[in-house]
Amino acid sequence: MKNRWIALYVENDVGVLAKVSGLFSGKSYNLQSLTVGTTEDETVSRMTICVASDDITFEQIKKQLNRMVEVIKVIDLTNVPLHMKEILFAKVLRCTTADKEEVFQIAQVFDVQVADIGKDSVLLECKLTERRNNELIALLRSKFRHIEIVRGGAVAIESISTSCR
Amino acid sequence: MDITGRKLFVRALQEEGVDTIFGYPGGMVTDVMDELYKQQDIRLVLPRHEQALIHEAEGYAKSTGKVGVCLVTSGPGATNTITGLADAHYDNIPLVCFTGQVPLGLIGNDAFQEVDIVGMTRSITKYGVTVRSRRELGKIIKMAFHIARTGKPGPVLVDLPKDIQLMPGDAHYPQSVSIRGYKPNEGVHVGQLKKAYKLIKSAQRPLILAGGGVLLGNAQEELRRLAETMRIPVVTTVMGKGALPSGHPYYIGNSGMHGRYAANIAVSECDVLFSIGTRFNDRITGDLNEFAPKAKIVHIDIDTAAISRNVVVDVPIVADAKLALEKLNEWAEPKNTKRWLEEIRALDKENPLEMRRDKGMTPQMVMEGINAAFDRGIITTDVGQHQMWATQYIELNEHKKFITSGGLGTMGFGFPAAVGAKIANPDQPVVCITGDGGFQMNMQEMATAIAEDAPVIVCLLNNQYLGMVRQMQQLFYGKRYEATCLRRRTTCPPNCKGPNGACPPYLPDFMQFAKAYGAHGIRVERETEIAAALAEAKSYTDAPTVIEFLISSDELVLPMVQGGNPMSKMILK
Ligand SMILES: Cc1ncc(C[n+]2csc(CCOP(=O)(O)OP(=O)(O)O)c2C)c(N)n1
Ligand SMILES: [Mg+2]
Repeated sequence: MKNRWIALYVENDVGVLAKVSGLFSGKSYNLQSLTVGTTEDETVSRMTICVASDDITFEQIKKQLNRMVEVIKVIDLTNVPLHMKEILFAKVLRCTTADKEEVFQIAQVFDVQVADIGKDSVLLECKLTERRNNELIALLRSKFRHIEIVRGGAVAIESISTSCR
Repeated sequence: MDITGRKLFVRALQEEGVDTIFGYPGGMVTDVMDELYKQQDIRLVLPRHEQALIHEAEGYAKSTGKVGVCLVTSGPGATNTITGLADAHYDNIPLVCFTGQVPLGLIGNDAFQEVDIVGMTRSITKYGVTVRSRRELGKIIKMAFHIARTGKPGPVLVDLPKDIQLMPGDAHYPQSVSIRGYKPNEGVHVGQLKKAYKLIKSAQRPLILAGGGVLLGNAQEELRRLAETMRIPVVTTVMGKGALPSGHPYYIGNSGMHGRYAANIAVSECDVLFSIGTRFNDRITGDLNEFAPKAKIVHIDIDTAAISRNVVVDVPIVADAKLALEKLNEWAEPKNTKRWLEEIRALDKENPLEMRRDKGMTPQMVMEGINAAFDRGIITTDVGQHQMWATQYIELNEHKKFITSGGLGTMGFGFPAAVGAKIANPDQPVVCITGDGGFQMNMQEMATAIAEDAPVIVCLLNNQYLGMVRQMQQLFYGKRYEATCLRRRTTCPPNCKGPNGACPPYLPDFMQFAKAYGAHGIRVERETEIAAALAEAKSYTDAPTVIEFLISSDELVLPMVQGGNPMSKMILK
């Protein structure tokens, strides 16, 4: 079992998201994340899907997706150079002044923005890789008891040149 | 000039060459129904239940190769089709099912008889869509027929909101449609096929496993040629039965859970398994680790997703069965398989499918009688022991078709499927082999059969039990016959272990049932009466006949492989 990535071009129609996600639940595939949005062609949506599976299941998932009428193209991103980012908001609550100071430092180290601030809370806006976001969450968890996390799921696009990963 | 949606609907069906539609009315389809009233090209069949409606369309489609067309209303009309659609999905039967829907503006309001039928059937249809603008209506109907019949066939659902049916719009019905996400495989990879051929050629003990795809692809002739030229024995799946005539010298029998002994051993012993048009369902493979353990496997299927899903294969080939076999036949050369064939024949002698004559009227004798009475025609079955006996003992040739519910195993399928097949083939005898349980699930269709002049012959094997389940209780659950005795009433003792003299009478009386509908009823209690009963039934062309065969309650379907066991581990006695 490992995480694998798929980019899926689908018809931008009612019910297509339900159909794709229904495949994962109906066949007990282990969906990790799924994001969707329109593309340069407004009749086409692109999904970025992360799934945890073994090799055989992953092949089967790609085939099952491929045979859906609404699916235009399946791209296996697992071994493709990518740009991949996930949006994440992290709110640290019930902060002391010292806590705030520490959050600022963390923001600096992780190179993320402080998007908002209140009497005893700080909001971080992060646009990192999924893994880096995981690390950030782990760190915040270890330091603060009261945090609120919202994650968007990763979106990915193939690199233009293989060097700029 | 613009026309209404309902007019375009009928025009579309006419242009698709639809001659029959299975329809049940309701508030959300009264407009298209009204339009059908005004024309003569398309016959509307009125079933008595929407589940049966779908099975009738399946029988129609399977017996003709045409798309079965269905029309039902929204809400309960639509939900009643679900079992049928699932059945068609698992057995790859081309259907287009139109469901009425509440007007677009009411969708989402929990309006009267509103259900999200597209959502409910997403995983059991090949494609499903709600028509959301009048402009798209023609294109969507064209797509529906195209998707249903091409590639691996299947059911397509088109949800028609009431206001779309009334709205004026383009009168044009497109001649063709291109769908960017749907490109069925049309070619065949010759390199892979060469590999497959080399493998068969080098084999000492080659075996062909033919599935339903051979029949769907109309490749029986090509299969026969390959088997004959290369002298390769053939086994079939339940759905593949009939891919080779059952009397053919190279035909061994069905493999799988209730397969023939020699067929299952041949699968276990072969060194190359050439499989075509099967998805290696668990009823065929048993324990996957021990399936065809000595064989290199070639797998040809039109569905990419069927390949290397259940069984890891050595040579996967995505192709239409007929195309692939035609190509192979160009190369095919005779092989020497004499010893292998002899070995298989010896296995079959060891444990043949016996024609049991040991106690009264056995189910085998009924099958034998049906074989003798019909050398052409269509045979449908329901689901249960009688179905398995039929798959084991019914003999098929080029003039006989076998229609059964394989993938979903839907009780209630057999009788309506027969009615649908008879409507499509009035000149052919149509026989339905059914059980006393499953027949009761759709026997209201007797009215349809009478009304539509579809004089089918129902061979009802009455064992007074849900026999298939009873068999499991008998063998594996200490004869605790929970919920399988169809004579049981509240007056019965709680822990009954089988019939005795004090049992209540069986309900219903199927002879009175037949009479109530104006059908013929014949009750057969002794083996000596089988032939005469079938002859009598054949002589009735005015109405259906129900022949009730009173068979013993404790008959078993053997051989049997218990679910999850290897196919070589058969219970024989
Ligand atoms: C709709 C449906 N419900 C339940 C089952 C489970 N099932 C399979 S065979 C069977 C018994 C069928 O009894 P009958 O029609 O009398 O046939 P027999 O096995 O006795 O020949 C049952 C309950 C099924 N296949 N389909
Ligand atoms: Mg029964």
